[in-house]
Amino acid sequence: MKSLTVSKAVTALMLAGLVLLPLYSQLAGNVFILTLFTRIVILALAAASLNLIMGFGGMMSFGHAAYLGIGGYAVGMLAQEGVGSGFIQFPVALAASALYALVIGALSLRTRGVYFIMITLAFAQMAYYVASGLARYGGDDGLTVYKRSDFSGLINLGNRTQFYYLCLACLFGVLFLIWRIVNSRFGLVVQGLRSNEQRMQAIGFPAKRYKLVCFVISGMMCGLAGALLANNTDFISPAVMYWTRSGDLMVMVILGGMGTLFGPVMGAVVFLLLEEFLSQITEYWALIMGPLLLLIVLFGRGGIMGLLGRFNRG
Amino acid sequence: MAEPLLRVEKLVRRFGGIIATDNVSLDVAAGELHAIIGPNGAGKTTLISQLTGHLEPHSGSVSLGGRDITYLPAHRRCALGLARSFQITSLLLDFTAADNVALAAQAHAGTSFRFFANARKERGLRDAAHAALNRVGLLHRADVLVSKLSHGERRQIELAVALASKPKLLLLDEPMAGLGVTESQGMVKLLQELRKEVSIVLVEHDMPAVFALADRISVLVYGRVIASGDPAAIRANEDVKRAYLGDQHVVTHHG
Repeated sequence: MKSLTVSKAVTALMLAGLVLLPLYSQLAGNVFILTLFTRIVILALAAASLNLIMGFGGMMSFGHAAYLGIGGYAVGMLAQEGVGSGFIQFPVALAASALYALVIGALSLRTRGVYFIMITLAFAQMAYYVASGLARYGGDDGLTVYKRSDFSGLINLGNRTQFYYLCLACLFGVLFLIWRIVNSRFGLVVQGLRSNEQRMQAIGFPAKRYKLVCFVISGMMCGLAGALLANNTDFISPAVMYWTRSGDLMVMVILGGMGTLFGPVMGAVVFLLLEEFLSQITEYWALIMGPLLLLIVLFGRGGIMGLLGRFNRG
Repeated sequence: MAEPLLRVEKLVRRFGGIIATDNVSLDVAAGELHAIIGPNGAGKTTLISQLTGHLEPHSGSVSLGGRDITYLPAHRRCALGLARSFQITSLLLDFTAADNVALAAQAHAGTSFRFFANARKERGLRDAAHAALNRVGLLHRADVLVSKLSHGERRQIELAVALASKPKLLLLDEPMAGLGVTESQGMVKLLQELRKEVSIVLVEHDMPAVFALADRISVLVYGRVIASGDPAAIRANEDVKRAYLGDQHVVTHHG
């Protein structure tokens, strides 16, 4: 069990850093870093939700960004129509994501492997074009959210620090849920299906039902990230659903370590920080980022978490 | 005669122009160990797959305890008390032995749509898993990942998994495949124990094992049952000798 300690230490350090970040931002008078990390935390939440189906469930969804859009548009459209209450916006965001996941999942889960990747991608692109066609809600140009979700004095999303902590609480809450789910009866069945579907059916589990429920749970979690994202940027546009964003989420999960609880968070932090700092150095930042990711994936099988695990043994 | 536990009637399955299962009928009585033998390519695995629900027949019927299960999916048959082991070991490699078996127990102990409580801490499931592992003599390996177990041990885990679902009928597809001499002997001994508790359909190449274990034997050649009877009758059957038991000495040697 010694090999766990390095990754555990790094994880603990990262989590502590996330909790203490607003304090640093305050002391250093650095507002930018808080904004940056709010975005990181939200996308870490999205990556964690993707990890639930991809890492634990073996379902390689290449259309996960669709939920970011659905959650975001739920907030944006309701705000546009004068419904500003977060108590309505957030449940609607979750319900819409769940519904989308249910329909898409029921169709996509008939396929597997490459076909599953392609069909989830196709559906997400469809959602992208549907959003582009919503003339009333900005179409291609997107929709400005003039007022952040209102939680009637309970918490003020307009306040940077409060909003950051809300996002962080959502991330920790979702991670806690995933941790419980993964070790529950349901979670073991889903992981068993990833490992050997034929065997699971032979011992009496109807595969599709379990996968679909897992798919819906994951979609709702990502829908939550979408609702937060729209509040963070005060803006929602079809671009958040574009397939490259789905790809980014996949990279975060793989980079951090598929099928580990904290891997996606680690992946999101590293990926987005790299993106941020490399793009300050050169506009060709992708040229550096690409090979860097390749190296980590090639030599650190199991992503950063895997790398840290090996670190100790070596 | 009482209703047989498993009744197969006029089962037909084709692959293109090849008839892999050709009008197969057979009965397995409760408490019986029924062996199915036949040369390579005789359609044994095809037949088993239709019994377990992994393959649909083109015509004919399969019933379990009087209930027609011909077109039920695999997981429903399992719920009715049909368990199988795979010819090629098919386990959850990245799970421990105990987890593999506990999942089989879980499939038959209430709903698995429970999202919060730690399943590995459910006493009932763990106890069932440990009991089944103990039954096949692998309790001491309970917490080892299956990928780290030997081939012989995995074959035993296959059995433990099948047992954990408390089946009425156990379908064993070549449980001795790839086992060494001592391991095979151990497996025969184990099956001799198990058959006291559960009816078994055994598909096996290992002739000494088959003749030592079976109450009845059906011989499958080119998808057809050419003979069915107790071991003595099969050993004496001329058709069987001609069609299949080229390695006749194995049988006589054993007798």
